[in-house]
Amino acid sequence: MNKMPKWADAVLIPLISILLAFFFSGLVIWAIGKDPVVAIKTMVQGAFGSTSGISYTLYYATNFIFTGLAVAVAYHARLFNIGGEGQAMLGGLGVTLVCLAVPWPHWMLALPAAMIGGALFGAAWAFIPAWLQAKRGSHIVITTIMFNYIGAALLGYLLTKVLKVPGSMLTESARFPEGAHLPNFSEILAPFGINFSPNAPANMAFFVALLCTFLFWILIWKTRLGYEIRAYGQSETAAKYAGINPSRIVIIAMLISGGLAGLMAINNVMGEAERLIDNAVEGAGFIGIAVALMGRNHPIGILLAALLFGFLYQGGAELSFWESIPRELVVVIQALVIMFTGALDNMVRMPLEKLFVALGKNKKKEA
Amino acid sequence: MSVQNEAGRQETVAPTASAPAIELRGISKAFGPVQANKDISISVAKGSIHGIIGENGAGKSTLMSILYGFYKADAGQILINGQEVNITDSQEAIAAGIGMVFQHFKLVENFTVLENVILGAEDGGLLKPSLAKARKLLKQLSDEYELSVDPDALIEDLSVGHQQRVEILKALYRQADILILDEPTGVLTPAEADHLFRILEGLKKEGKTIIMITHKLREIMEITDTVSVMRRGEMTATVKTAETSPEELAELMVGRKVLLRVDKKPATPGAPVIKIENLEVVDEQGVRRVKGIDLTVHQGEILGICGVAGNGQTELLEVLGGYQNGTGKILMNGQEIDLSGKHSNGQTRRARGIAHVPEDRHDEGLILEFQAWENMVFGYHHDPKYQKNALLMDNAGIKAMTQVSMDKFDVRPPNPKLEAKSFSGGNQQKIVLAREIERNPDLLLIGQPTRGVDIGAIEFIHQQIVALRDEGKAILLVSVELDEIMSLSDRIVVMFDGQIMGERLPSETNEGELGLLMAGITDEEKAQ
Repeated sequence: MNKMPKWADAVLIPLISILLAFFFSGLVIWAIGKDPVVAIKTMVQGAFGSTSGISYTLYYATNFIFTGLAVAVAYHARLFNIGGEGQAMLGGLGVTLVCLAVPWPHWMLALPAAMIGGALFGAAWAFIPAWLQAKRGSHIVITTIMFNYIGAALLGYLLTKVLKVPGSMLTESARFPEGAHLPNFSEILAPFGINFSPNAPANMAFFVALLCTFLFWILIWKTRLGYEIRAYGQSETAAKYAGINPSRIVIIAMLISGGLAGLMAINNVMGEAERLIDNAVEGAGFIGIAVALMGRNHPIGILLAALLFGFLYQGGAELSFWESIPRELVVVIQALVIMFTGALDNMVRMPLEKLFVALGKNKKKEA
Repeated sequence: MSVQNEAGRQETVAPTASAPAIELRGISKAFGPVQANKDISISVAKGSIHGIIGENGAGKSTLMSILYGFYKADAGQILINGQEVNITDSQEAIAAGIGMVFQHFKLVENFTVLENVILGAEDGGLLKPSLAKARKLLKQLSDEYELSVDPDALIEDLSVGHQQRVEILKALYRQADILILDEPTGVLTPAEADHLFRILEGLKKEGKTIIMITHKLREIMEITDTVSVMRRGEMTATVKTAETSPEELAELMVGRKVLLRVDKKPATPGAPVIKIENLEVVDEQGVRRVKGIDLTVHQGEILGICGVAGNGQTELLEVLGGYQNGTGKILMNGQEIDLSGKHSNGQTRRARGIAHVPEDRHDEGLILEFQAWENMVFGYHHDPKYQKNALLMDNAGIKAMTQVSMDKFDVRPPNPKLEAKSFSGGNQQKIVLAREIERNPDLLLIGQPTRGVDIGAIEFIHQQIVALRDEGKAILLVSVELDEIMSLSDRIVVMFDGQIMGERLPSETNEGELGLLMAGITDEEKAQ
């Protein structure tokens, strides 16, 4: 009684949704008197046309992979973690403290330590809302949102009062030591004789993100913990029946979620800025929600969705730069993509299901 | 197909007194690839009670939903009193004189009876005239048909039986001549069911036509004049009730001969497996659900607990299953069980040899979104034999084990990779049963083993329970189906309001006596 083949569900529906989103984006661009064809060319050119563009696209995508996985892990336990933003900020703090603590001799030593620092701080920031949810029933959506603000305020305070370099006008931490510098794509690819833009931000963290994507898959579908997380997410009463401790699952799932969000800091803080700056996360925590939604909480989906949003971010920046299309309109395009792929899923799904049923019937008749 | 139709000869004539109250001709309805109703024709004579019987998913509810305007038939005609009607929503059904009493009542809990009765049928913007009119009518109806309910009581304060009467009153207030009842006795005590049947008899005498959907053969035999049997979307037969037998109806429903009685040897009880002393349960709202219960279940016996739903049986099972706290003393194989605290959970109970088929397989026993193989270790997923190594579960091994269990318990389709929600109720229950029985427990807790399960599967499930008993295991059975309790149990305990009202042997009691106990009436009270 399967209505639709799996490939249609996984590939066709998102594809149609994206095309619809681009179609309506085109209408909006056309409505403000610009040429949609030129606009899309600019976006594609800006995101994929040069090694620098590709690097930026991958850099953004790396952020979104981390935050997307973070949202997805919590979502498998039916927890809506809106706090990726704050957790990633705190992750930045953890990475900064680790990187500034010792004069690191080599990035191979600094990276694992920074990963632990970032994940630990992100997880700690998720722990409080998780504990409140598990033990006190405070709704995690509310508390994680609040913790974004608290996190931002905390970081603002630390940057102006504690971490700021004495005498400097900038609200940022000291620069990380040379040994904590993560190789960027130019440095990674040079030994293979590939020329890559030397000043673009994509770095080693991209591969860590890919590794996390794989580990996420193992965790959710191959381990007992993942089994319990999914079971709890589908039915709390059934989980209790099976002897699964709900509080334990809520807390563990949120710790992993916060840890993944915190890990993002090895990309934006350690890999790109090489110091802690104000508002380093730039909304990536929220984009993670869209990425997880669009990627259907599956690692492959999240990877592809993160790349798409990386393209939208980078292409959008180029669009506002070259075509004098306001930055806000780029946000409109992103919103349309989120709306069509996430919220309006059934609009595409229902007719498509009917179509497949009709096709199935015809086939039977022919046979 | 034999269509019983007393007034069949006049069927094309304009409305007359003798035209059938309802006639369906060639009704078909498909949901996507599923043919829910296939060319269904019946005719129900005015002033008769017509039963529609069939297994889950046979298409009974779809047919009634078409009649009530929730769905539109793909093909076919509906005739009311000989005139073709086109019913597209419930308002039109009501206008055509059809009233529906749903299995799950559609009442506003914090409204009074009167307010519920007039809801949607108010005469104007001001409620007072409608309420007065309804009050008068309710008085009249309650005198005529034993349909007494306090018009000013809040619905939430009424018993289930009374709530059902409000549903019937709602239909009558809307001047329904044809009353459709969907599984009306599912939530009633035997006494309440008897009362309902008296009401229906009274309505029938007044010339109302009643269609009753049920899966209980006993009720069909007791109250209906004619009965239609549905199987897989088709109407397989329509017969006069007086001319058929439960065995014949069961065979028509399932499509093969079915053993309605449980075939079992006398029990040979052994040593006590579980001993419950003075068990108390207070729920999250602070309500005392179980009030000091003593029970013992021995090896090789089935202890049946009967009672109307909501009298503490659920909480009893939950405490024994480890996911509800209780106080008191429970000895399992002579050793005390921790009833609350850190080590009281489903895992530790399973480790002590207690398996549990919960009352609600959708919310507890299964994860509907999980595939069959994932469900087959649910609750036992910590067992070392399902782990590949310290990190990973042995998914391949679990799938292979599931395949074996599915074949053994005749789960159809035997596909471990199918999601639990795609199985029928009976097959879902077999998955749960297979999981729990295959762990070779000392004690099996089993709640509502055949709720929402088709007759063919009921037979199989009962056989499995008896077989487990014959292996010398202890079984604690909770069911609201008296038939099931009577035929499966070796001893019967009746629960009412969290207490045990009495213990009987099935051979020395009857449904009447149990029914009284279930309503909380003890022998002493009866004597007064």
